[in-house]
This record gives sequence, C-alpha cells and structure tokens, in this order.
Amino acid sequence: MAVTPSSLSAPVRPLKPKASADDHVMRLFILMIGLYLVIALALPLYAMFSKSVFDSEGAFVGLSNYLEYFRTPALVYSIQNSLFIGVITTVITVSVAFVLAYGFTRSRMPGKPIFKTITMIPILMPSLLPGIALIYLFGRQGVVKWMLFGHDVYGPIGIIISEVFFTLPHALIIIVTALSIADARLYEAATALRAGPVRIFFTVTLPGVRYGLISAAFVVFTLAVTDFGAPKVIGGSFNVLATDIYKQVIGQQNFQMGAVVSVVLLIPAALAFFVDRLVQKKQVALLSARAVALEPKPNKRFDMIMMVYAIIVSIFILGILGMCQFAALFKFFPYNLSFSLKNYQFDLMDGGGWDSYFNSIEMATYAAVFGTIIVFYGAYLVEKGKGLGVIRGAFQFLAMLPMAVPGLVLGLAYIFFFNAPSNPLNVLYHTMTILVISTIVHFYTVAHLTASTALKQMDAQFESVAASLKQPFYRTFLRVTVPVCTPAILDISIYLFVNAMTTVSAVVFLYSPHTTLASVAVLNMDDAGDIAPAAAMGMMIFYTAAGVKILHYLLSRGIEARTQAWRISSAN
Amino acid sequence: MASVFLKIDSLTKNFGSFTALRDISLEVFEGEFVCFLGPSGCGKTTLLRAIAGLDIQTQGRVEQAGQDISVLPPSERDFGIVFQSYALFPNLSVNKNVAYGLESRRSKREEVDQRVSELLALVDLADQGKKYPSQLSGGQQQRVALARALATSPGLLLLDEPLSALDAKVRAHLRQEIKRLQKRLAVTTIMVTHDQEEALTMADRIVVMNHGVIEQIGTPEQIYATPASAFVAEFIGTMNFVSALATGSGTFTHAGGSLDVSADGLKESGQVRLAIRPEDIYLSQGTDTPRLNQVVGEVTAAEYLGAFVRISLAPEGWESTLQVDASTDRAAALGIKVGAPAYVELPPEKILVYPEAV
Ligand SMILES: Nc1ncnc2c1ncn2[C@@H]1O[C@H](COP(=O)(O)OP(=O)(O)O)[C@@H](O)[C@H]1O
Ligand SMILES: [Mg+2]
Repeated sequence: MAVTPSSLSAPVRPLKPKASADDHVMRLFILMIGLYLVIALALPLYAMFSKSVFDSEGAFVGLSNYLEYFRTPALVYSIQNSLFIGVITTVITVSVAFVLAYGFTRSRMPGKPIFKTITMIPILMPSLLPGIALIYLFGRQGVVKWMLFGHDVYGPIGIIISEVFFTLPHALIIIVTALSIADARLYEAATALRAGPVRIFFTVTLPGVRYGLISAAFVVFTLAVTDFGAPKVIGGSFNVLATDIYKQVIGQQNFQMGAVVSVVLLIPAALAFFVDRLVQKKQVALLSARAVALEPKPNKRFDMIMMVYAIIVSIFILGILGMCQFAALFKFFPYNLSFSLKNYQFDLMDGGGWDSYFNSIEMATYAAVFGTIIVFYGAYLVEKGKGLGVIRGAFQFLAMLPMAVPGLVLGLAYIFFFNAPSNPLNVLYHTMTILVISTIVHFYTVAHLTASTALKQMDAQFESVAASLKQPFYRTFLRVTVPVCTPAILDISIYLFVNAMTTVSAVVFLYSPHTTLASVAVLNMDDAGDIAPAAAMGMMIFYTAAGVKILHYLLSRGIEARTQAWRISSAN
Repeated sequence: MASVFLKIDSLTKNFGSFTALRDISLEVFEGEFVCFLGPSGCGKTTLLRAIAGLDIQTQGRVEQAGQDISVLPPSERDFGIVFQSYALFPNLSVNKNVAYGLESRRSKREEVDQRVSELLALVDLADQGKKYPSQLSGGQQQRVALARALATSPGLLLLDEPLSALDAKVRAHLRQEIKRLQKRLAVTTIMVTHDQEEALTMADRIVVMNHGVIEQIGTPEQIYATPASAFVAEFIGTMNFVSALATGSGTFTHAGGSLDVSADGLKESGQVRLAIRPEDIYLSQGTDTPRLNQVVGEVTAAEYLGAFVRISLAPEGWESTLQVDASTDRAAALGIKVGAPAYVELPPEKILVYPEAV
C-alpha cells in the first residue's frame, strides 16, 4: 500500500465518537449536578476568599485583613490553642481506639457486639452534648468534681474530653478496618518462625496498620480542630479558631475577620485531607491483596483484660450519655432530684421550642432523600458516563472538597454568597431549602465515596451489555444498578439523616426564626443558661438518630433476607 | 466464498502515547467464525472493543454489512457480546437476563416468553430459567450469557475469552457447544482467546496478533503448517529452533553442524532461524553412513503421552535440545531410553526458515 507523505508527517486527529442519545442525557445530568456543586460549594467558598481581602465598605484591601489578624495577639493565640487541642485529642483518641480495636479484632472477649454498639453512640449525638454532660459531672456543682483534683473543667480539659468522646467512633471504624484486613498467613508464618507475641506485634501487626493509624490520626485531628460544639459549650475563656469565627460573625458582626479566620482554619483541615487521601491510596493497595481472614484464638487472660478495658471505655461513653438523660429528667439536678418533664417544655424556652425538633426531622428527611438521589446519581454519572473528561474530573474534585471544609466555614461562605443582595439566589436565604442544600454539601464526600465504592464493585461490563442489547441507560440503572447497590444507598441515606440531625456548625449561620433546628436549639438554650433543657433536646436528637439507626438495621436485615438468593457469591 | 461482512481498515488505537493497535486491517466473511489469538496484552480485547464501539479506535475504519460504523456508539451497532466475567445481572433471574434485550414497550409478553424458552433450550438450560445467576455453575452462567447475547438475533457475535474462567473439562465441552451453535445459527462470530488449542479447534480462520499488530491470518491448518513468522511458529504448537547461517544453495551451518533445507523460493540469507516441529522429525535406525540431515544425540528425557513419546535429544554442539515425537511402538522398537544415543533425520522439506530476530 502506498503511504502518502501527508499521512506520515501531519499529526492525525483522533476519531471523535458519535454520542448516543444516552450520552447526551447523561452529560446533561452530570452538568446539572455539577452545577449544584458549583453553586452550593465552589462559589460560596470563592465569595468567602474574596471577602477576606475586602474591607467592610467593600473596598479591596489586599492582605491587610490578614495582617490585622496576625497583629491581634488574642486571635493568633487561638491558632496555638486549636493545635494544642488537636494534637492532644489525636494522641489520646488514637491510643484508646487502637487498644479497643485490637481487642475487637484480636481477642475473643465476651460481649463484643454490645461493646461495638456502645462505642458507636457518640456518632448519634451533637458534639455539644458531651460538653453539657461534663458540666454536670465536673462543673462547679459537678457530681464527681473531685476527679479533676481542683482543675477547672471549663477550658482545655473539658474540650479534650469532649473531643475524645466525639472522635472515638471515627478512629475506631478506621483502625478496626485496618486491623481486620490483616493477613492471617503473615501471622502463621511469623509463628512458624518462632517469633514471640511481642515481636509479632511490632513486626507484623503495627506495620500492617500503619496507614490505618495515620489515616485515623488525620481524621481525628481535623474533627477536633474544626469542631465548634465542644469549645462553645465547655471552652470557657479558652478560645479556638472555630469559636473565634462564631464570635467574630455572631458577636461582633465582623464578617471580614470571620472570613480571615475561616481561611486560616481551612489550612490544617485541607492539609490533613490531602495527606489522608495520599495514605488512603496506599491502604487500598494493601487491601487488594488476597488475604486470609484472621481468626483469633481463645486466650482467657488476654480476653478478660480486653473485656475489662472495653467496659471502662463503655462506662465513659454511657456515663456521659446517662448524665445528660438524668439531668434532663430531674427537676433541678443535682439539688432537686424529683422526677419532672419540665425540661421538655421547650416551647417555654428560647431556641425555637418543639418546632425546632420537628424542623430538624423535616430537614434531615429532605437531606437524606434528595441528598441520596443527588449523591448516588452523581457518582453513577462520574463512574459510568462517557466523554466530558475534564468536567468529570472537576466533578470528582468538587465531590471530595467538602471533606476539607469545616462546617462553620461552609456556613459563613453561604452567608457571603447567598445573602449578597446582587445574587438572585438570595431568595433562598433563611429558608429550609438552604439548610438542606448546605447539609447535603457539608456531608457530600463520605456519601460520594460510599456510592463510588459500591459502583466500582459492580461488573464494569453491565453497561456494555445493556448498550449491545439496545437498552437505554436509565433502564439498567433502575433495574440493576440501584437494586444491586441498595445496601450502599441505605447507608448513604442514614448517614445523611443522622448527620443532618446532629450537625450544628454549618446551619448555625443559616437558620431563621422559622427554621430553627434542634441542634441549634441545644446551643442557644445552653447559651441562655437553660442547660437541663439543652440536655433534654440533645437527648431527643440522640433518640431520633438511634431510632433511625435501628430502623436501618432492621431494614437491612430484611433486604438481606429477601435478596440473599442472588447476593450469595458465585457458585463456580 | 461468502461475502465480506465486517471490514476493518488501517485501524490504530492509542492510549495516550502507547499504541495498543497499529494499522490493523482484516476482513470477516458472513457466517464465519474468526478467532483473535495472541499472548495476553497484545491488543485482542482492544480490537474487539473497537469493533463493538465500546472504546473506539483513534484512527481507521470499521464497516459492518456495508455500512461505515467507525464512530457509532454501541447502541447503534448490531452485535451481541459475551465477556469473560459474563456480566450477568445478578438480581435478575435467568429468564429475565435472557429477556433483557427483548423487552421493549412494543413487544408482547407471550412472544418474549416464547423466545426466552427457545433460547434456553438452545443452550440446554430449559429448566433453569427461574434461578438466579449465582445459583448456576460457571459453565451454565456462560451459556446464559450466550443466550442473552443471541436473544436479539444480532448480525455479529463477539466473545471475549468466554471460556477462560472455566475448568478444563467444562471448557472442552463448551468449545463444541459454542461451535455447534454458531454453525447452526450461522452467525458471524469473533472470539478473543489466548489459548491456541481453543483457536485451532474452533475457528474457521485465526488472526494471530502480537504487540498490537497482526502476525498472520489463516485457517488453523495454514497457521499450523506454514507459520508466517517465527513468532507464530513459536506461539502455535511446539517448535524446535536452531540459529544458523545461510551458505547458499539451501545449506545452513550452525553450531552443531549443517542442515539442508529445500524450501521453495528460499530468499533468506545471512543469519536465520531454522524451525521444525517435533512430529516432523523422523526417528531412524542408526547407520554409520550418515544420511541427509541426520543428527545423533543422547536422549535426556522421554515423556510418554499415550500414543506417542516426546523425546528430548541433546546432539553434540547444539545450542538447545531437540524435541522429537515418535509413536510409542516405534520408540520401543528402536530401544529408546534415557542416557542412550538416538538417531533422527530432519526432512529438508519440513524445515522452515525465518530471519533472525533483531
Ligand atoms: N484503557 C486503557 N488504558 C491504557 N492502556 C490500556 C487500556 N486498555 C488496554 N490497555 C493496554 O493495551 C494493551 C492491550 O490490552 P488488551 O487489548 O486488553 O490485551 P489482550 O490482548 O490481553 O486482550 C495492554 O498493554 C494494555 O495494558
Ligand atoms: Mg483481553
């Protein structure tokens, strides 16, 4: 065949595939959901960054707000305080969680399921609640005040105890996962080589979970540094970055400075996020190796020690939970211990009354329903769509971003963006809609990752087969993808519901008198000194979240039973 | 000869700077069974996906039934496909899987049911329709996938390593099954495989690929008897190789002596590789007067494979051992045993000559 000179020299343009009707529809949807992320995340963040370089009159001032910030010792001091809280909490939580996770995976302690359930309780509570319990336990009139040997619970001690309580389940989940993927064959080999238990621990166990530990450390650090609930309730005069933002905005109406502190708070959170992503990739590589699950052998003494340890941790958690419930149920704890429901008469207090509780349920339901649809469908389009490579890449980035944005920062960014008079979207300001929008975005990342993981586990050829059979993509999506991913979809909706119930940080800047939320009511009642009602409302949130969790459990069991005919692994 | 059904012209596929397929051209005739054969990573799947439109080529043209389909999406092409994983929908029963492509707003329920039972009978699974895929064996799943792909009576059937996830016995059985089905339906079929035995037993024609190019296209007999390149010769069946130097007029010298070759139109010169199959080597009685291309060597191994023995011979000076197949009877008659010498003859007309790889 003759080769024409041009075909040798000219760079050839690759063929462009003709897009099918499905491709067009899928592109339209990914653009729509992408637009949602741009409006609900990228633009508000941009508004916040730009606010930090303007003065209150709207004149561009460059970095002078930052200079002012760093010239104000009281503010700069908070950086140090936040780092202090973050580091100490990380060390304590990761240590406590590691030993507990070790017991869960390497011992045959009795009552494991009960202890596992108890240690997940903090996830179901607003982070304000442990602080309230600590006031009753160790405060001026605390029942076990003596345990602090004269130290004041208001301040770093109270914050750290609260943060350890609040971050423990998160660390535990990560470390248990890391420990359970350990390969039994490694242990058998080490034992065969006559390595002692201590040597095995340091040469096999620890290296095997190092990525899990690093990941847990960064997650805990980020949560502790960005949390607003605990320092607000029990921080006293100990200022941290999160409370500074709140004070600058709500107290002093100094929005520019609020923006500056937000940017400062973004740095550790973003840094932790990127390190975590890096480490996660390595962890995944470890996971993909075909490992044999480890079955711990009974060892009476070790099992007992681990159980005693689990009991101690459980007492800590149940103590805090129980304290709140007691305080809520007595007339005036600890002086008048007669039983009363007066603390539940929320309508008599500031904070929105019972309405705020029902608002919360409404908001959490919307967030769960719409959030699950948006997140799952978005992840599906990113995974299965064709073309628009750049846009899908950007979408993926935007989906990961919320993990690095603390709730308070997101809330403040919303004020700047949605409250701007020039923005036609400002009709949303102070509505239920904006609470739902912000909550979905706030918790987008974990939900998105759950969806992506489930979608990646499906056979990548389903869509190819469906296309060869000339079936529209939505038919396969509804008839195959959704049913196969139902467990993940349920997980996502429960995750969104529970977090929407308990969160306070983003929504604290966004509620209106008509849309007060239960978690915000806890904050405001505590602020007003109505601590027992605050505890009562906090427990309402807990019971609701716990009830939904139980419902989820039963539902999952039901679905499992109904679908086990086809969910059992292939019988090859 | 039947008419050309699928025509691929100068197809190239790049992944970034990596060229997975380079200038592929081939034709598939109506009703033909063609195998893409080659080592793992040579680009077979990539070529199949380009034909299906699942991942279209960077350059080049694909024509099916006279129509240019080069850039069409899969949904606008006419093919059925079976993947190595089968990709059966786990939550749908076998019946629903097979019916998946048949159900549309216009189709009648009874007609669909009718067609599904017809197809399941065709693949010998008439009574399995209510089960879920995970309740079937691997071989059964494979046949469900086949029935699903054939349900819409596609003009082209594409199979990507459809048998490689199965154990040897099931595989051998399904080979015949698929072949029988293909002949009966006369559907033009392309199957990807890295298993030469599979290709040799099933294909009407084989496309041997290596490193993104086609090495040879031909019937199994052509590919086996006259491999077009040393790669094909080595990849298909067993082949003895000897590096040698052409001295002209059909004689080649090598480390252990010289060999005469009578290949017609011999055009290789300089450094070459001579090749001969074990079954083409003649096990002979030892004589003192050397015959043409006679080689003597010590037997280093003798492997009894039922009707024949594979003898490994280490002739003095040769760079590697020579594999020789002889009938069990003959080997016994000639007293072949390990450690003893044996005489063989390499018929000049059976020796193939390939240029030395550079
Ligand atoms: N999506 C892809 N991106 C980059 N490289 C690819 C991709 N798909 C295949 N390749 C590469 O192209 C080559 C051919 O792959 P493939 O067609 O799957 O081989 P096989 O012959 O085993 O089916 C391999 O080197 C493979 O790594
Ligand atoms: Mg392949």
